[in-house]
Amino acid sequence: MTVDEAALKERARAFLAEHDPAATEPLGFLRARFDAGLAWVHFPEGLGGLGAPRELQNVVEQELAGTPQVDVGKMAIGLGMAAPTILIFGTEEQKKRFLRPLWTGEEVWCQLFSEPGAGSDLATLATRAVRDGDEWVVDGQKVWTSGAHHARWAILVARTDPDVPKHAGLTYFVCDMHAPGVEVRPLRQITGEAEFNEVFLTGVRLPDSLRLGEVGDGWRVAQTTLMNERVAIGGAPVRRGGGVMGAVADTWRQRPEIRTHDLHQRLLQYWVEAEVTRLAGVRLRQQLAAGVPGPEGSGMKLAFARLNQVLSGLDVEMRREEGLAYDEWTFRRSDSVDFFGRGTGYRYLRAKGNSIEGGTSEILRNIIAERVLGLPSEPRVDKNVPWKDLPR
Amino acid sequence: MTLLYSEIEEELRAAVRDLLADRYPPATVLARIESTSPYDADLWKALARDIGAAGLLIPEELGGAGASAREAAVVLEELGRAVTPVPFLTSAVLATQALVSADTDAARELLTALAAGETTAALAVSFAASPHVPETSGSAAVTAEGGTLSGRVTAVAGAEVADVFIVPASGALHAVDAAHVTVEPIVSLDLTRPISTVTFTGAPARQVSAGLAPLRAALELGAGLLASEQLGVAEWCLTTTVSYVKERHQFARPVGSFQALKHRLADLWMEIVQARAAARNAADALASGTDTATAVAVAQAWCGSVAVHAAEECLQLHGGIGMTWEHPLHLYLKRAKADEIALGTPGDHRQALARLADLPGPLAS
Repeated sequence: MTVDEAALKERARAFLAEHDPAATEPLGFLRARFDAGLAWVHFPEGLGGLGAPRELQNVVEQELAGTPQVDVGKMAIGLGMAAPTILIFGTEEQKKRFLRPLWTGEEVWCQLFSEPGAGSDLATLATRAVRDGDEWVVDGQKVWTSGAHHARWAILVARTDPDVPKHAGLTYFVCDMHAPGVEVRPLRQITGEAEFNEVFLTGVRLPDSLRLGEVGDGWRVAQTTLMNERVAIGGAPVRRGGGVMGAVADTWRQRPEIRTHDLHQRLLQYWVEAEVTRLAGVRLRQQLAAGVPGPEGSGMKLAFARLNQVLSGLDVEMRREEGLAYDEWTFRRSDSVDFFGRGTGYRYLRAKGNSIEGGTSEILRNIIAERVLGLPSEPRVDKNVPWKDLPR
Repeated sequence: MTLLYSEIEEELRAAVRDLLADRYPPATVLARIESTSPYDADLWKALARDIGAAGLLIPEELGGAGASAREAAVVLEELGRAVTPVPFLTSAVLATQALVSADTDAARELLTALAAGETTAALAVSFAASPHVPETSGSAAVTAEGGTLSGRVTAVAGAEVADVFIVPASGALHAVDAAHVTVEPIVSLDLTRPISTVTFTGAPARQVSAGLAPLRAALELGAGLLASEQLGVAEWCLTTTVSYVKERHQFARPVGSFQALKHRLADLWMEIVQARAAARNAADALASGTDTATAVAVAQAWCGSVAVHAAEECLQLHGGIGMTWEHPLHLYLKRAKADEIALGTPGDHRQALARLADLPGPLAS
């Protein structure tokens, strides 16, 4: 079946006629939308989609605007990372079990990848999963886990064979966050709040049916997840002079007394940089729409991270006395990043994470240099060495 | 609005690139700049007539191609990539646009000759003129009186090969044949596009436009399209540097495997990604006539610095060989540095954006 724009519009309208959003409770509406194949149209039929081209999702979103929506902030890991990975590597049973409650928001997902000893070099991670009959016993510590305290499930990468080189000994699992031995502790950040968690896994037993992909194939599965993370973080569209630039420019316009020649020069430079970055994003989306994805995507996150940091830094500096204050340091959990709801000091501190989360800017530069420009890699001292023999 | 290249634009690019690859490898450019004239008349003829570059921006009814800034931008990308010494920007963009905007019988007569590739023109303004600051064009130094012009304009690009000069003087635009003009070449930083001092001494002139609006239009188009030339220069520098650091071995490794170099090249690549988007956006805005002032200022504020950065990185990452006359990269550094000044510095364009983007400077103190 090929689904075109007109057919999708028709289908969305027919769905609305049958399911009055005002008369249906939100969860029921979302479940029905999933079952009608209008959740993510590029997914297969029976799994919330219609096997339609991805860019036609906008048609559905326009038709269903104003109806109950999924909380994309809270569900970001599930929607952006777990779902595409399950779709590619999951068994039919796993897809049927996980995708529907993932999309409707009934089950929140988190990501158990990074560890205190494995950040940029994720493949060196040390969390062990040891087979015990039909189960796996997992022990280790994960970190930078947003939403772990809400999560029903996690995507987990663990070491199943320490005797082979690091990339070869990994296996990818779905982790039951309600299983005994899973302990979630908030991790306080430089902003004062705890947006992330540490997750301690002690003798956690997972049935083999929660394994995603083959034993030892975890690195390849994780690559799918990570590519989706970078697309999700780097692809944010903004209008001209919008985003963080807009916040700084508004202050600048409203408060002539803060203006100096030095600040003005830098403000104009950043404005230009923000505009050319926005245009690069526009061009990238045009390439994607034309079916010719370019390598530019790798650079967008790099550019946005830099811009957010320099602009939020300038924002604090130009406010002078006001920049000496901070809105509040109270230790609290936050479920999603409220970048513009907080003060400039918060934005300055939170933006520091932009060049670390989802692949550091240094790793992204390596990726551009090696995969886009074709430059040779650094000599690898860990190549062909069993993981257990690597210095740590 | 599309920031991508159309099929027609890609075909035009391929035609220009093939011609330059056949006839103008870097060694030829090096030999040419040490000859008596850096401009290559035969190459310009082939480009102007066979590919139709001279008449690209001239309406079809005057014998031109009736193309837009988008197509001219693609030609400039290729000419930048090869630092080709031809008067495309100076004659087929700057002087031509002044005449197209003038839209008088006298202008149309000149455009017909330009479209055929028989005549080459130059706009008699300083190449450092900023479209935002009309005084920088140097046109105040020339006065019109009784059908003649007198005065001197410094730093004019493309003057040596011009058959006719389009001269702003006394608030109007005039045409003067080269036979009545004294052109003194200046030893120039950019060997592939040298500048000259142009002197008029009671030179017989004919008026082609009553006001100076065509001058402003020409400078804006020139500045916007210069961004595409700068993109071409920057791309050559990045490509050449990447090839070199893959081949060059030190410490028993290709130097391109060192992270210190890879990160610099990744950053440069991203700057060029942004430059391409900005240059395309300017060309598209100039073609459609919407949002041109901001699009041109953004492209110039960004691309001028990127081309210089690319050429400087190219030199540094080539090490010693980069300092030699024999290696062509110095031609690109000199072009990039001269282009940074041409048609407004990045700072001039940022200053214009203070007004265009409503980001006013400090109150006078």
